[in-house]
Amino acid sequence: MTTTEDYLLRVSNLNVKLQNQIILDNINFSVKKGTTLAILGPNGAGKSVLFRALLNLLPYTGNVEWNEKVRIGYVPQNVAVSDVPLSVKEFLTIGKNETDAESALKLVRLDDKSVLNKRLGALSGGQLRRVLIAWALVDEPNILFLDEPTSGIDVGSEEPIFLMLNGIKKDKKITILLITHDIHIVQEYSDYLLALNKCVTFFGKSEAIANLETQRAIYGEPVCVESLKAED
Amino acid sequence: MLDTVIFSLLIAIFVGIASGYLGSIMVLEKMALVGDALSHVALPGLAIGYLFHFDPFIGAFIFLFASAAIIWHVQRVTRISFEALVGAAFTLALAIGIMIIPEPELLEALFGDITKVVLTDVIAAAVISAVTVLLTRAVYRKLVLAMISEDLAVSKGIDVAKTNLLYLFLVSVVVAIGIKIVGTLLVGFLVIVPAIAAKNLSSDMLRYSLLSAVFGAVAAFSGIAFSSYLSLPPGPMVVFSGIAIFAVTIVINWRMKITT
Repeated sequence: MTTTEDYLLRVSNLNVKLQNQIILDNINFSVKKGTTLAILGPNGAGKSVLFRALLNLLPYTGNVEWNEKVRIGYVPQNVAVSDVPLSVKEFLTIGKNETDAESALKLVRLDDKSVLNKRLGALSGGQLRRVLIAWALVDEPNILFLDEPTSGIDVGSEEPIFLMLNGIKKDKKITILLITHDIHIVQEYSDYLLALNKCVTFFGKSEAIANLETQRAIYGEPVCVESLKAED
Repeated sequence: MLDTVIFSLLIAIFVGIASGYLGSIMVLEKMALVGDALSHVALPGLAIGYLFHFDPFIGAFIFLFASAAIIWHVQRVTRISFEALVGAAFTLALAIGIMIIPEPELLEALFGDITKVVLTDVIAAAVISAVTVLLTRAVYRKLVLAMISEDLAVSKGIDVAKTNLLYLFLVSVVVAIGIKIVGTLLVGFLVIVPAIAAKNLSSDMLRYSLLSAVFGAVAAFSGIAFSSYLSLPPGPMVVFSGIAIFAVTIVINWRMKITT
């Protein structure tokens, strides 16, 4: 039986309006401790805005209720590192107290010590995403906000990153909020699914994504191929 | 005469260090030309100082910081690009400055003059440079984090807007004292070129910021030394020295294949 204490976060009647446009409308969901909630939706659905509201980066109305003292680790979708002469070691100690940069890298399975002295902009896409996750982990958060943590990297490098995240979640008992576009990732690496399109179109267990009914709720009615004419 | 040269060389070192160090952030923020254009905003302030017989560099600083603060606020409200706003402010300030500045002082304001420096100028430059470098050092990592991702910085409790405003204030201070040596037209050079030369040789932030300060000091010092020795205007000589350093760093970067 699920009790109130099992929840880390409860969101009710959350609304976000930016420049007189409704971006998020009456959002309700909750997140259980130690689980992964995947947030799915088309571009412009308000996924990143939801993150920014929960992180208090923009104004909202409604209730955001945390069950215990929350320590958030955040990995944004976009970072501008190409032009900054900043080494991985320097990055991992920005805004932190005494941090063991090496152990932070081990957590994200970057064991090669030479990475520490590399410039952020010189890392591969996969390495950079791992370093960003390491940065989010060094303050020992109890919840991780991951905004498309594998954006911009090839499909083959995605799976190892999610496997690593699953391992960290189990070892450190961390709760994860994960924005993704990938149904496969939802199925394999999340426990719950919140589908958004300005409002909530589905909230429930992730395994439901395999059902046609759930897919209809998220993506609308399918377009029949037979009704389209192939061009000559 | 010898005193003046020694005083000028000392001021050059202090101003060079401060402008190089602060410039290292300006260049990364892709605001190199903003820093350059902003320096010209000082002209009306200098003019008012000359006209009403108070230290023109105080007038320059007041104009620089007031302009920076107004531009900062207008940019936040309108989302018009920083470059465009500074471009507009710079041309307006130049127009006003040229209209009201007394003609004998115009060349000095535009290209600098080291023949009038006294010991109090040296002490002021030393104290102001030390304070601006220390304050910039305190917010350096915050500024870098905000550069990488503003959301990331805000999520860590950094007040990005206030940090940027403090930085603009410090840039205004450094540019105001730099004008004394190289003038309003060329002071932007001291903010930009030492930093881009340092970037050619750096793959980490510590080395980059230190080299920016060192190159700033070397460019300003050698420029003033050549200027005194050859009896040529100081501003252009500082620019030539800095460009020589920049050229050397390009060659080193190319020969040693430094990943920057």
